[in-house]
Amino acid sequence: MSIPLNWFLVVAAGLFCIGLYGVLSRRNAIGILMGIELMLNAVNINLIAFWRYLDPARLTGQVFAVFVFAVAAAEVAVGLALVIAIYRNRDTVVVEEIDLLKE
Amino acid sequence: MKEFFFNITWIIPVFPFLAFLIIILFTQGNRKLSHSLSIGSMVLSWLVGWGVVFSAVATPHLGEHPIHKSIPWFETGTATFEIGYWIDPLMAIALFMVPFVCLMIFIYSVGYMGYGTDEVDPNYSRFFAYIALFATGMLGLVISENLLTLFMSWEIMGLCSYLLIGFWFQKNYDDPDKITPRQAGLKAFLVTKIGDLFFVLGILYLYSQAGTLSYADTLFNHEFLAHLAETPALPIFGGWSAASAIAVLIFGGAVGKSAQFPLHVWLPDAMEGPTPVSALIHAATMVSAGVFLVARIFPLLNIVVELDHHNPTMALIAFIGAFTAIFSSIVALAQNDIKGVLAFSTISQLGYMIAALGIGAYVAATFHLITHAFFKALLFMGSGSVIIGCHHEQDMMEMGGLRKKMPRTFWTFLAGGLALSGFPIITAGFWSKDEILAHAWHEFLHYGTASWPFFVWLLLTIAAFLTAFYTARQISLTFLGKPRSQHSEHAHETPNSMTIPLILLAFFAITLGWVGIPEEIVGQGNNFFHNFVGHEYAATPLSIPVMLLSSGLALGGLGLGWMVYGRKPLVAGQLDPLQKGMENIRLGWLYKAMQKRFYFDEIYQAVFIKGSIKLADLFYNIDYNWVINPIVNMVGTITRGISNIFNKFDEKVIDALVNITGLSSVKLSDLGGITDLKVVDGIVNGIADVTGWIGENVLRPIQTGKLQNYLLIMLISMLAIIGIYLVY
Repeated sequence: MSIPLNWFLVVAAGLFCIGLYGVLSRRNAIGILMGIELMLNAVNINLIAFWRYLDPARLTGQVFAVFVFAVAAAEVAVGLALVIAIYRNRDTVVVEEIDLLKE
Repeated sequence: MKEFFFNITWIIPVFPFLAFLIIILFTQGNRKLSHSLSIGSMVLSWLVGWGVVFSAVATPHLGEHPIHKSIPWFETGTATFEIGYWIDPLMAIALFMVPFVCLMIFIYSVGYMGYGTDEVDPNYSRFFAYIALFATGMLGLVISENLLTLFMSWEIMGLCSYLLIGFWFQKNYDDPDKITPRQAGLKAFLVTKIGDLFFVLGILYLYSQAGTLSYADTLFNHEFLAHLAETPALPIFGGWSAASAIAVLIFGGAVGKSAQFPLHVWLPDAMEGPTPVSALIHAATMVSAGVFLVARIFPLLNIVVELDHHNPTMALIAFIGAFTAIFSSIVALAQNDIKGVLAFSTISQLGYMIAALGIGAYVAATFHLITHAFFKALLFMGSGSVIIGCHHEQDMMEMGGLRKKMPRTFWTFLAGGLALSGFPIITAGFWSKDEILAHAWHEFLHYGTASWPFFVWLLLTIAAFLTAFYTARQISLTFLGKPRSQHSEHAHETPNSMTIPLILLAFFAITLGWVGIPEEIVGQGNNFFHNFVGHEYAATPLSIPVMLLSSGLALGGLGLGWMVYGRKPLVAGQLDPLQKGMENIRLGWLYKAMQKRFYFDEIYQAVFIKGSIKLADLFYNIDYNWVINPIVNMVGTITRGISNIFNKFDEKVIDALVNITGLSSVKLSDLGGITDLKVVDGIVNGIADVTGWIGENVLRPIQTGKLQNYLLIMLISMLAIIGIYLVY
C-alpha cells in the first residue's frame, strides 16, 4: 500500500477529462461512445480506489464497479446498434449532420 | 540449470505479449520490424519452453510432485485469486508442441502473407500482432496454475480466433449463400461461446465446492475429489455426484472449443481465415486446448469412474468423441475444398482424442494430441503452400499434377498424409492412433460385446479406415495426374520461408511416434512417453490383432483411395468417381448430404435462427395484437364511455347555468370593454412580443439539434450548479 489514494483519483480525474473532451469534440458518433466509455472507466477507478482505501472489508465498491461495467456494456451494445441504424438511414455517423432533434 | 528454467517458466507467455503490444502500438507501419518482433519473441519462448520441457523430463517423479508457484493476483472480500505456473508431464508435452509449432507457423506466415512481393497483405503487421497475442493465450493456458487463469487464456484465444478468421473482413462473395470471413468469425465466436457458458458454470460450481480454483487444491487433491464424488449434485442433475456434474459442465467448454458434435459447425467455416491461422489455431493449438482441458480434469473423471461406477459421464464423453470422429470423416470424403477436407479431418481426429479420454486412455489421448498437432499443422501449411502455388485456387477438382511442380510441398504433404492415415510403423500417427484403438479394444474385452466400449471401438475403427481413404483421395486429386485448370498448369513452388517449416514439421510427423512405442516391442521400461506422462495409469497392453487390424485398415484405405483416384487420375471436367459410384447404386442423395455436411448448418438455421425470429414475432403479436394493446384499448374504450356520460350531464345541466351567467356577463363586460382594449391588450401584446423575441434570439439558437451542444450546455449547467453549491 505504498501508492496514496490521491494518485488514483488524479488518474481517474485525468481519464474523465480525456473522455469528456472526446465526447464534446469528436465528430464521429463512435468516438463519442468511446469517450463515454473512458468517463465510465474513470468512475470505476474512483469506485475501486475508494473501496480499497476506505472500506476494504465489504464488497460494495467492487460490486458497484461490476454493475457499472455491465451497464456500460449494455449501453455500448445499444449505442452501436443505434449508430448502425443511423448510418443505414442517413449514410453518415458525423453527429453534426444528425440534427433531427431540432425538429 | 533445472532450477533456473523452473524459476523463469512464467516468462514464456510474456515474450509474445510484449511483441503484441509493441507491434500494435508502435510498429504497425514497419512490416519487417513487426514480423521480426513476432518471430523473435517466439524464438525466446521456444528456447525457454524447451528448456523447461527438458528439465521436466529430467526430473524424476514429476507426475506425483508437480512443481508449482504462484503469487496473489487480486482479492475480493476474503477470497484471494492467484496467478502462477504449474509444471507437470501434461504441461511439459503441450509445451513441447505449442511454441515450436507456433514458431514454424510464424515463419511460414512471412511467405504466406506475401512479404516482399506485390501481393503483400495491407494489414501485414496487424496479422503478426494478432498471432503473437494468440500465442500468449495458448502458452498462458498451458502453464496456468489454476482454472481461472486457464479460462482467461482460453478467452484470449477465442478473441484471437474471431479476429483472425475475420482477418479478410472486406471480402465479399458473389454467391450470397457462401459464408464470408466476417460472418465466419462471428459464427465461430458465438458457437464457442455456447460451450464457454457451460465451462464458466463448471468453474463456478467447482469454486462453490472448493473455495479455490488452483489445481493443487482441487484437481490434484485426492481427498477433495473423493468428497466431491460423494456429494450429490444440484437437483437439476438428477442423482449425479457433484464431481460428475462439474466434469460434464467443463467438458461442455471442450465441446465448443474442440468442435465436437453438436458444436462442430464453426470449424469448417473458420477456414475462411488465412491458412497459417487455420494451421495454427484451427488445427494444431487452439482446438486441442479443449482436449488439453479434458486431460487436465482427468483426475476428476478418474474419481467418477472409481467411486461412482454407474455414472454415464465417461460413456457420454466417449460417445460424443466417437460419433464426431466417424461423422466428420464421412463428411470429409465428399469435400472438394482442400482446406475443407482438412477441417473435417481435424474435427474427426479431435473426436478420437475425446473418445480416448472417455474410455480412460489418458496417455494415448495426450500422445495423439501431440502427434496430431505436428502432422495436422504440416498438412494445413502444405495446403496453404498449394493454394499460394496455384494462385489462390482451393478447389481440388481444379488441381492435379502438382507433384513435379511443387516437389517439396508434395513430399512433406505426403509425410503428413501418411501420418494422418496411420501408415504402419514409420509414421507418428500410427503409434498414437493404434494406442487409442488398442485401449478401446481392451476396454471392450473387459466389458464384453454390446457394451458401450464396443461401439466406441467399432466407430473409431471404421473412422480410421475412412481417414486413410480420404487422405489418399486428397493427395491423388491434388498432386497426381495432369493439371486440370490454368491455375495448376502454372503452379510454382513457394518460397523457402514456407517450405523450410514444412520440412521441419515433416521430420516430427514421422519420428515423434517413436517415443511412445509400446513396451512389448521396445523392451520393458523403454516406452518413454508412457513412463513420463502416465506413470500412475497402467500401460495399454499391446494387442497384436488390433495392431494388424489398424495397419490393415490404414493400408487398405490408402490402397483403395489410390485405386479409385490415383491409378487413373481424373481429367478435367470428370465427375468424382465416388459420386458416380454412389449415384449408380442410388445413393446420390447420401453423397449430396455428405457434401452439404449433413445439413447441420441448415438445421441450426431453421431451428435456432428462424426459431428466435419466430419467438420475437410471437412477442410482437402478444404485445400489439393479442394482449397488451387490446388491454390498453379496452381501458381507453371504458374511459371514453364514462366521459360520454359526464358529457351529457355537462350539456344538460352545467351549460344551462353557464348560459345564464354568460348573458349577464356580456352586459357587464360591455362596460369594461373600453378599458380592456386600451390597457390590458397593450400589456398582453407586450408580453407576447417579449416572449417572441426571446424565443427567436435566445432559445432557438440553443436548440440546434446537435448532440454536442446539448452536452456542452449540460456540462456548463452542471458546473454552475456545483459552483453554487460549493459557494453557499
